[in-house]
Amino acid sequence: MSLRAIVFYLLAALILAATGLAVTRKNPVHAVVFLIFSFLGTAMLFFLLGAPFLAALQIIIYAGAIMILFLFVIMMLSVDEAESTGFALFRWMPSIVLGLLFLALSALAVLRESGSGALLKPAMATPRDFGRFVFEHYWLAVEIISFLLLLGLLAAVLVGRGKREKRVGPEGEGEEET
Amino acid sequence: MIVPFNHVFMLAGAVFFLGLVCILTRRNLIMTLIGIEIMMNAAAIAFVASALHWHRIEGQAFVLFIIGVAATEVAVGLALVVAAHRFSGSVDPDRYDVLRW
Repeated sequence: MSLRAIVFYLLAALILAATGLAVTRKNPVHAVVFLIFSFLGTAMLFFLLGAPFLAALQIIIYAGAIMILFLFVIMMLSVDEAESTGFALFRWMPSIVLGLLFLALSALAVLRESGSGALLKPAMATPRDFGRFVFEHYWLAVEIISFLLLLGLLAAVLVGRGKREKRVGPEGEGEEET
Repeated sequence: MIVPFNHVFMLAGAVFFLGLVCILTRRNLIMTLIGIEIMMNAAAIAFVASALHWHRIEGQAFVLFIIGVAATEVAVGLALVVAAHRFSGSVDPDRYDVLRW
């Protein structure tokens, strides 16, 4: 077993353990902190699989921006109510059974695919190659994604805005809040 | 030589499973959004592994788009959660039982 394989299995164990802990935590803050570890492990995995630029993006955007956004919202809402409790077995069993069924089926589909057991050869797509490829072949998609981000910004501002307050018009009316 | 291709796919499938369980079992909208993030992360792992397997850089390009979509989804989703919490005082989806205020 080569060094890369050992690193891969260690990273896989780290990702699965951190994600599993994140999913089962009661406190959302703990879940987010565990999830940051999971995303850092994923970034290392991307680096191992030859995508250093995506590893950097994963750390900056996922572990940095998105998770911090989650933390901000959790602390802003200060949610301390307990989750509504039901009979836990009835709540958890169907999803776990269905999820395991999905996992078994997908494992079967992947394992039966011929050539799926081939060993991955180490290769590296440098950020220069990656950027050149994306902007030569997928420039339209990049523009659409940037437009989507702009729309997301607008939607977040519109939805997250509180009660609309009427501006004081030049006539001096409309000072009451609607 | 790193590892067999299907081992990476197994990892992606297991992470996707954890995200699915998170969505289906948790009674908290924030945890639901976290579950969606986990599932998108699993899809990204599968894409990067495929890009290495077939030596096609398209897989990595798609991960870029996945990250963009995930960022947008989280921004809008968290804004919706904040608005819902402001209206009903709860992030429990079971408590949302009125159609208009």
